[in-house]
Amino acid sequence: MKVLLVDDEHELVSTLAERLSLRGIQADWAISGEEAMRLAEKNPYDVAVLDVKIPGISGLELKRRLHSKRPDLRFIFMTGHGSEEDFRSCSAETADGCYLVKPVNIEDLIKKMNELMTMSEVRP
Amino acid sequence: MSWNWEVIGETGLQFFGKMSASISHEIKNVLAIINENAGLLEDLTVMVEKGMPLDPQRLKTPASRIMKQIRRGDDIMKGMNRFAHSVDDPLRQIDLDDTLALTCALSNRFASMRGVRLELVPPSTPVPVVTNPFFLQNLLWLCLDFAMGCAGAGKTVSLKTERTGGKAAITLSKLQDMASVETASFPGDRERALLQALNADLVIDKNTGEMALTLPVHSQG
Repeated sequence: MKVLLVDDEHELVSTLAERLSLRGIQADWAISGEEAMRLAEKNPYDVAVLDVKIPGISGLELKRRLHSKRPDLRFIFMTGHGSEEDFRSCSAETADGCYLVKPVNIEDLIKKMNELMTMSEVRP
Repeated sequence: MSWNWEVIGETGLQFFGKMSASISHEIKNVLAIINENAGLLEDLTVMVEKGMPLDPQRLKTPASRIMKQIRRGDDIMKGMNRFAHSVDDPLRQIDLDDTLALTCALSNRFASMRGVRLELVPPSTPVPVVTNPFFLQNLLWLCLDFAMGCAGAGKTVSLKTERTGGKAAITLSKLQDMASVETASFPGDRERALLQALNADLVIDKNTGEMALTLPVHSQG
């Protein structure tokens, strides 16, 4: 599984990527929407984990742009607070429950990623 | 003097809520980074327990990141505490630059989301002012919010304080896009109510891309 992590908190995404790599999951990270788009153009990621609020672009808008480049890419959103507004907008954009509140439990994140991979395998 | 308390009250509550929500988001990010780095230390400990060799540097990095985030969290909480206490007294002597720095610190996350940098010019001398600290911070935020939409190509809003005669002034500059931004609605009801309550004036110069807020060094309340 190849994963793209996007959050403007460099120390968050770089450490999360390192922890995922220790579990055998290849993860790249970006701290801006532009960087995420550049990485997605070069790499066929399976899952993108996006912060809901990224400087200069919303996570939802970034999701739409990444999806237009990589239609098979699946998405998980991370947010600081599970606000009703965030939940509604993220749920409309992703599969049910693909929305995690920070601080994220890495095992919950991996479980969500695996569920998304399984869902796409059974997709007709 | 009759102030528009209805507008001031609603505006103040919105400001307090907005800043509190932003602070809690920042704290969540601090906790998330601590969570990942503590988790990494745990992962590395498990590796060592299984007999895998480990470069001590791999422990130093997450440990130092945790320390850094604790300092960041402490700074955020200090700012939050000062902000919360700004409603304690209707009139208090403040250092204008100090209040401006605190308002900028509270606004930095919003600036960052809009790709704008807030640049504080160090004052040549301190500018003590007796005023309502919360009203002033609220008005400064409204001015900053507007100014961020007028920042030119450099995407920087420059701020400085100075004493001019019997008045104190805060100038927001580098607002080159002000000429092309709709400014008819600014200052609006909220800004005017706060300007009146602070006995302050706001002058906008589209040609120079500057906004100057002046207030008496000793407000009568």
